[in-house]
Amino acid sequence: MQPLELLRIAWEAILKNKVRSLLTMLGIIIGVGAVIIMIAISAGTEATISDQITSLGSNLIFVSSSFSRMGPGMASSGGLIYDDATAIAENITGVKGVVVEQDATETVKAGDVSLDSISISGISPDFLSVRDLTVASGRWLSEEDVTNKKKVAVLGSALATELFGTTDPIGQSFLVSNTRLTVIGVLAEKGTVGEVDYDSRMYIPISVMLQKFARTPFSRINGDSIRMIFVQIDPKANMDNVITQIQILLAKRHKVSLSSLDFTITTQQDIISTQESTTAAFRSLLAWVAGVSLIVGGIGIMNIMLVSVTERTREIGLRQSIGATPADIRWQFLSEALLLSLVGGLIGALVGVGGSYIFGAASSMRTVIVPSSILLAFCSAAAIGAFFGFYPANRAAKLDPIDALRHE
Amino acid sequence: MTAHRTIIETIDLTKIYGMDGVSVTALDGVNIHIEEGEFVAIMGASGSGKSTLLNILGCLARPTSGTYILDGEDVSNLDKVQLATIRNRKLGYIFQSYNLLPRTTALRNVEMPLLYDRSHKTPLAEREELAKAMLDAVGLADRMNHQPQELSGGQQQRVAIARALINNPVVLIGDEPTGNLDSHSGEEIMQLLDKLHKQNATIVIVTHDPIVAAHTERTIHLKDGRIDTIVHNGKTPHKFEEKEVSYAAA
Repeated sequence: MQPLELLRIAWEAILKNKVRSLLTMLGIIIGVGAVIIMIAISAGTEATISDQITSLGSNLIFVSSSFSRMGPGMASSGGLIYDDATAIAENITGVKGVVVEQDATETVKAGDVSLDSISISGISPDFLSVRDLTVASGRWLSEEDVTNKKKVAVLGSALATELFGTTDPIGQSFLVSNTRLTVIGVLAEKGTVGEVDYDSRMYIPISVMLQKFARTPFSRINGDSIRMIFVQIDPKANMDNVITQIQILLAKRHKVSLSSLDFTITTQQDIISTQESTTAAFRSLLAWVAGVSLIVGGIGIMNIMLVSVTERTREIGLRQSIGATPADIRWQFLSEALLLSLVGGLIGALVGVGGSYIFGAASSMRTVIVPSSILLAFCSAAAIGAFFGFYPANRAAKLDPIDALRHE
Repeated sequence: MTAHRTIIETIDLTKIYGMDGVSVTALDGVNIHIEEGEFVAIMGASGSGKSTLLNILGCLARPTSGTYILDGEDVSNLDKVQLATIRNRKLGYIFQSYNLLPRTTALRNVEMPLLYDRSHKTPLAEREELAKAMLDAVGLADRMNHQPQELSGGQQQRVAIARALINNPVVLIGDEPTGNLDSHSGEEIMQLLDKLHKQNATIVIVTHDPIVAAHTERTIHLKDGRIDTIVHNGKTPHKFEEKEVSYAAA
């Protein structure tokens, strides 16, 4: 029989049982949709992470304290302190900028407006260029603000509107906890990158942060401890060389040997590869879940095809009596199973693409539709249709025409 | 004898069903000779082997031993695919329960055998043309777009006859073609078969209804897998004798 005729017969058979066909396809629809959505989510997550890493700036290395050895008198060092950052900036060649960041969360009040849990970043002035931020009005924090511990702040655009409405915020003062700060600048809108909403936070001099909001009990003895130092390296400098210099310098300052450093240096590349291996694991987990649902869909097709073969035994007998060979019968049912899974795959692809879009728009998770995932899901649906359709089709082909015609 | 074409000839046709070591002889050396244009009925009690004989004549089953020559071709030892091809080209079936595809128009039902013709593809337009002609021949030209459930039993059987005729078969095989019909519709179907017979169609039917058998020229009575008597229409029954075989083989 000609392929076109086979397809027509299969299509008619599917249309004759619309509800059942749809229910049969449901497994494949869900499976294919799941594969596409899952891959879109994991691709979205990867994109978010890589944005996050690039948003930190380029050519960055991160110096962070190793887990705390602190405790009075126990260690010669209290981990990273603010002066380490200054030392790196002054002594290491090939360093373009050094940024220190220490965060806190406080209640902010301006007039009648009171906002809870506002993120405050205590930073050094290089932060602006390293993080690629733009000042919309007023000015950015200066070196002098840090040295003189000036009680000033630069606001994110959304936070500025929330606190002062339509009033020009520059020069206005407000309370953070019990400290009064003056607004010196407002940043241009940047949006949320990664998990960080740049527009609803504020930036203050690191010195003010350390003095007012992030004081530790040992600051007086060890200096102000900080969590992390960002070092931006000159693109022309050798990164490995700079890292080694920093290690030697800080080891000397902390009085530890090079083999037992109390800090770790991570490059952006390190972070990217760690994230990649995490997302790869995440992705393969999702792929397995989606794959299982596809297989369940395939079993659904096999189930219905077996029912269909039994139900249509007399039809099979009739077709045999008018000249259908076993191969004709096998192809008839195989093409029906294939068509079911292909139509299911097509609907599933639409559901997957639509679902990814809606999911991305409605939730905080980002989704990126990967075109090859549509092809992959579609091909697996076809393969599953062929695989799970073969057994019922073969069973139909093996029927004896006399028994089939006599079937009640 | 006139030089009629022999359509069906069986020599010592035997069918033994073996089940778990117990063998049942359904047909025990049956010799039949049917010429072109003949209208023959096969009768017999349940278990007489008439269905088995019809299945073999219809190329749906193979004999255990013996020879079956259909339209000059020995078909006793063909494989499944070859038998399917023979059924497609040379046979037309009429079933007791019509066996039309549900929710499929009369036209689509009738054209079906052409889809399985591997020797040449018939284009859709030509298939429809042929199917229309066949439906016209059975008096259902105005019903071709109706589905089986919209037709009466008699009309459904006429669609089935149109389907049986579309591949221009050498013999029409009927298995109790009036079995599911009331006497009036049954009579109409028999008149249609009579008409086809007058147009020189060769027809073999199995029936248990003497009124149906009376339409035929010859009735072969089977008993315990053997031919018991052969009744020529309007003549008294006579015991089957071996000499008829030599007449057949001539």
